[in-house]
Amino acid sequence: MVLKIEAKWEIPYVHSAGEHATRFFEALKEKRILGVRCPRCGRVLVPPRAFCERCYVDTDEWVEVKDEGVIETLTINYARFTGLPEPPYAVGIVKLDGADTGMLAYLGGVDLSDWKKAHERLKIGTRVRAVWKDEPEGRITDILYFKPVEE
Amino acid sequence: MKRVAVVGVGQTRFRTRRDDKTHPELTREAVSRALDHAGISMEDVDAFVFGTMDPFDGINCPDRWSSTAAGFGKPFMKISTGGTTGLTTGIAAYQHVASGMFDVVVAVCTQRVGENVDAQPVLNTAVDPIYEGHSGVGAISVAAIQATAHMQRFGTTEEQMAWVSVKDHESALKNPYAHIRKRLSVEDVLSSPVISSPLKLYECCPRSDGSVAIVFASEERAKEIRDNPAWILAESSISDSYFVGDRPDLAVWDSLSIAGRRLYRLAGVDDPKRDIDVAELYSPFTIQEILELEALGFAEKGEGARLAEEGVTFADGDMPTNPSGGVLCTNPIGATGLVRLGEASLQVMGEASNQVDGAEVALAHAWGERCSSTP
Repeated sequence: MVLKIEAKWEIPYVHSAGEHATRFFEALKEKRILGVRCPRCGRVLVPPRAFCERCYVDTDEWVEVKDEGVIETLTINYARFTGLPEPPYAVGIVKLDGADTGMLAYLGGVDLSDWKKAHERLKIGTRVRAVWKDEPEGRITDILYFKPVEE
Repeated sequence: MKRVAVVGVGQTRFRTRRDDKTHPELTREAVSRALDHAGISMEDVDAFVFGTMDPFDGINCPDRWSSTAAGFGKPFMKISTGGTTGLTTGIAAYQHVASGMFDVVVAVCTQRVGENVDAQPVLNTAVDPIYEGHSGVGAISVAAIQATAHMQRFGTTEEQMAWVSVKDHESALKNPYAHIRKRLSVEDVLSSPVISSPLKLYECCPRSDGSVAIVFASEERAKEIRDNPAWILAESSISDSYFVGDRPDLAVWDSLSIAGRRLYRLAGVDDPKRDIDVAELYSPFTIQEILELEALGFAEKGEGARLAEEGVTFADGDMPTNPSGGVLCTNPIGATGLVRLGEASLQVMGEASNQVDGAEVALAHAWGERCSSTP
């Protein structure tokens, strides 16, 4: 046996969101989702960022996209990990109408107890719509989750 | 660019915890074994390159602690590039020699994931805190959304993914350094708990403590040191979009395809299936081996899922992949990429624990913060 020494990192930080994300978060307060269009490749980037990493040019044309779109892929987490939400929870990539990139988001409104049934209900290509927090406060979590649109 | 060879490889036994040794003691174990394998001593080494990911070890700049075990007073560079750290460290050491600046350089990576009581808080800080930090996404989730996409796009089955795990676990039984050494059936894999759908427990890598070191030498020195050095033909790496949603198709690994094509052009590889005898891929989750085999040209798109199931990627198959047992059986995160290069080198030297008959050309790969490959 050897002696064991306990240690812990607790290091607070305050991150800057930058001007682009700040504008995106401001719009969330009005339940509006903004993206930016790259002046060179024309892609609408959602969530917005200050430059198109492929073209290496600044982006400054703002575009409003829908809070509806399609699921590009997903997973449902069943394991409990420190600092992550209580399982089960579904996370997917949603491509909003009017956007050219997918957005990482929670998926919900579906029973997650059986993953195969839930995958069927949330399968790739399923149309989903944002479920908003009643009183948005300008945080990414104002979009609680995306749920399937009932046809 | 000068020709460079691997002339020595040293690994520690990988375990959940290595309580018998401290960080520098583990480093010394791997470095000593690599020097012994090359038949040289510390005096022969011109410089060190050291790789690790600090937060897993809980020590800021553990390289400072370990540097005494990696050449006191010698030129020293530290590398930290997420999951690719190990292979980036190997590439940096290779470049040290290829540039002509040094003749003998040791790459060493030490990682103690076992001392990190729960690695998830570290993984959580790898996500963009502005847009994605809230989303509960870690490395497993990214692999899982790749799996969902691959299954729906190409009809890949749970059984086919399970075969990758069965294959790696069978191979690890022959590797004395492997962390997990246990025989698994397809049924064992399929009945293990779902972690992040559709991936199950036995489709996910462990977290390991350990260290690995590789000695690189210039052409003249390599020929003096041993008669079966493993010559480095080429290396290639690439960066990719930070946001997973920016990738146009998660069922294929475009950036790795591009890195692979660059690598093959540099190495003179026309047909990877024919020209490469064995691959050590960084596949911490079963689906990723499938995506990587397709991206690197060992299978057509959508065909990679069949390879393990049909025995092609077993050590005695036509395209042996991860004969060491791979990342599914051993994952000292920031050292894992260098283990891939070490195992690939041993295959070419004819000295691997699970030796592939007649292996002459091997490919080592890692992904993480950036995507790297080396044959």
